[in-house]
Amino acid sequence: MTELLKTNDLDVEFPTRRGTVRAARSVSLAVGPGEVVGLVGESGAGKSTIGNAIIDLLEAPGRVSAGSILFEGEELCGRSESEMRSIRGDRIGMIFQDPQTSLNPLMTIGAQLIETIEKTCDLRGSSAKTRAVELLEQVGITEALPRLAAYPHQFSGGMRQRVVIALALAGDPDLIIADEPTTALDVSIQAQILDLLKRLCRERDLGVIIVTHDIGVVASIADRVVVMYRGEVVETGDVAQVLGAPRHEYTKSLIAAVPRADGKLDRFSSVDYIEGNVEPFQRIDIQTHWLGQAQHERTSGNAIEVEKLELSFVLQKAIIKRNRKLVRAVADVSFEVKEGETFGLVGESGSGKSTVARLIAGLHRPDAGVIRVNGQDVSSSPRSGAARDARRAVQMIFQDPYSSLNARMRVIDIVAEPIRFYRTASNEAETRKIVGELLDHVGLGAQASLRYPHEFSGGQRQRISIARALASRPRILICDEPTSALDVSVQATILNLLKDLQQELGLTMLFISHDLPVVRQMCDRIAVMRHGSLCEVADAETLFSDPQHEYSRHLLDLMPRMDLLGKAEV
Amino acid sequence: MSLQENRPTTRWQRVRDNDIVWSFIHSPGAVFAAAITLFAILACVFAPLIAPFDPFDPAQISLWDGKLPPAWIEGGQPQYLLGTDNQGRDMLSTILYGGRLSIMVGAAAVCLGMVLGVTLGVISGYVGGVTDAIIMRIADVQLTIPGILLAILINGIGRAFLPLELRQEFAVYVVILAIGLTDWPQFARVTRGATLVEANKEYVQAARIIGLPGWLIMLRHILPNTLRPVLVIATIGLALAIIAEATLSFLGQGIPPTTPSLGTLIRVGNDYLFSGLWWITLFPAIALVVLVFAVNLLGDWMRDALNPKLR
Repeated sequence: MTELLKTNDLDVEFPTRRGTVRAARSVSLAVGPGEVVGLVGESGAGKSTIGNAIIDLLEAPGRVSAGSILFEGEELCGRSESEMRSIRGDRIGMIFQDPQTSLNPLMTIGAQLIETIEKTCDLRGSSAKTRAVELLEQVGITEALPRLAAYPHQFSGGMRQRVVIALALAGDPDLIIADEPTTALDVSIQAQILDLLKRLCRERDLGVIIVTHDIGVVASIADRVVVMYRGEVVETGDVAQVLGAPRHEYTKSLIAAVPRADGKLDRFSSVDYIEGNVEPFQRIDIQTHWLGQAQHERTSGNAIEVEKLELSFVLQKAIIKRNRKLVRAVADVSFEVKEGETFGLVGESGSGKSTVARLIAGLHRPDAGVIRVNGQDVSSSPRSGAARDARRAVQMIFQDPYSSLNARMRVIDIVAEPIRFYRTASNEAETRKIVGELLDHVGLGAQASLRYPHEFSGGQRQRISIARALASRPRILICDEPTSALDVSVQATILNLLKDLQQELGLTMLFISHDLPVVRQMCDRIAVMRHGSLCEVADAETLFSDPQHEYSRHLLDLMPRMDLLGKAEV
Repeated sequence: MSLQENRPTTRWQRVRDNDIVWSFIHSPGAVFAAAITLFAILACVFAPLIAPFDPFDPAQISLWDGKLPPAWIEGGQPQYLLGTDNQGRDMLSTILYGGRLSIMVGAAAVCLGMVLGVTLGVISGYVGGVTDAIIMRIADVQLTIPGILLAILINGIGRAFLPLELRQEFAVYVVILAIGLTDWPQFARVTRGATLVEANKEYVQAARIIGLPGWLIMLRHILPNTLRPVLVIATIGLALAIIAEATLSFLGQGIPPTTPSLGTLIRVGNDYLFSGLWWITLFPAIALVVLVFAVNLLGDWMRDALNPKLR
């Protein structure tokens, strides 16, 4: 097969004032026409760097220090900026992760398309417009002509990503580089976009490089896979071979760490191929420890009861009530979570699942309905002493590990805050000891306590968040997408930690996620949400084997296909 | 990644490694501005030690030496390097003492405005609703009135309330109050904006879930995270406050001529400008311009260095 694009021993380095970072080391890969190559790896593996290096869009001060990039037999390295500009867009198209930011919000879709078409092909005026309509129809946007006049914000995320693809196709390129094209999208839209890319690749004989961290994406679209680890290619091959019978240790453990939907495991298998293994930390005996002291009273009732919850957000303010524009975030939601169980809340973005969590945590007040925590009504008079006391038993782990810790506080002060505020330790020395033990217990180590959050990675920060939540001695832990910002390998260890804690402490857990395989592994019962209301509440196994509601079935169908991985069982 | 390996170890190396320090060392403008500012501040603070004369000591002033030109001009005397003013005070000493007062008044006024503005801004942003509306509308109204007019107004009211014999003595504090009260909306606006951003971040929500009361969240979590932009406008505000003080004094609304500030000196000199006594007004004016320019340059650099988007 002739190769469309080929890199030979490509080295990319970022000289900084603290020394040179070699982001990619002797990377060789090839894409043929009509072929989809998946470039997978975890964050920091150098996969996006390779994508950017090919189109010469490396962020300063990055540069290609060795090797060559051959595109249709021509060398791309060392081209001038103007030569590269004519290649980009014209012969190599790009699709970026976030459809929000890759379109200009002040220009209509049509203007942006026509501008690109006029730049890349020799079409003007009405013929350019006709071409724009054609392109939109090709990417599956119906009624394309009137929609040319629409602005990006009038389109949904998936539609916008289609427009971005249309833009990438405008110059009739031979190669498309898609950097995490579906990461910002919901599962159902992800499936559509991937189908579209694959169809275009076949129809137009396009070469596609798809850069992603998601093995599910690769499994469903790619013909060949390149696995990267710390700047190096560790394995290359056909999808079926690499995912089905991986040769390299890293690939094996990476694939094993992907949460699976086809059965329940006791623990997540973690990526053990990590250089410089972390030594296990001293775990405390929970029952006799300070943490366990608050846990003695255990009831068999419901930890959380939610009745007919309603909440609307004001879209447009007005003094006269009926002139206000409201959007219903939560409508008529009722469920209960039993003491000690893990209750999953799934749904696509905008379904209101996070809002329900925030209501229970007391970050929003409901418009109507009752929330009871351990039998105590916390919603009708949230400022009363009884409600406050009941709320202390509820703690929350947030999605974004980067904004959930105060950057100006040391870890010890972050974790010790609830202990100091409620004076649950007798003195400062005991507080420090408890914080150290909590940090040990979540696998960070007590010596982390004197450092600041920015010195830690995403997974480590999430552990600090967990330690902070534990410091309030909670009975109920709300986890709002706790791992969706993390790599697969880190996700597995964090989920294992949460599982262990739940068992040791008998915590009740409300687990919110859009990731169905993860939810299946974590939860006892699951509620499916859509447009602010509940579709179905069922036992986890029942839901996955025999979904009752139409929407649940739809969601389950959209799960990334993992049948290839089935063979990967070691 | 490999960055971890060559991390500096000693304290000095860590200071040098700090991004802001690095950006400072590598921007000549900032070093220059900081040097001038530091020089000016030191010269003014230590004025009693380095000034050749004490302009407040009547024994050292002789009207016979009045209106002498700078030393290098014919008729000048070597002990009065920059000449003397109409009362026979040495210009160099008077500028040092005057600069001292100007910087002191400016810094105190900015501190007052900052404390007031930041407090109101954080409360406004965090509490929201009616409180926010009231505070910000007051700020808006105040911003529609030119600052210097407002300062004159406050200054006038402040003086009117003081008994006659205390007016001289408290004039400085009235000026500080007037400039500080004019300054606060800037701080309040910037802080409110930063607070709105911070209050939506998850660490603040985590603090709310822990059950911390609002004042503690504002003080411990939000305030430290909003101080970066405040620092920048405080520096630029210092320059503006020095100018405001000089303007008030120039207009005869500020510091009385017996305790000279840079503004008072310029005003006194202005009366003699057409008599050919240019040095009485020129040298204090140069001192003022250089000082304000240096502080502004420093503020500009700080705005760029502290803004992660511009880095």
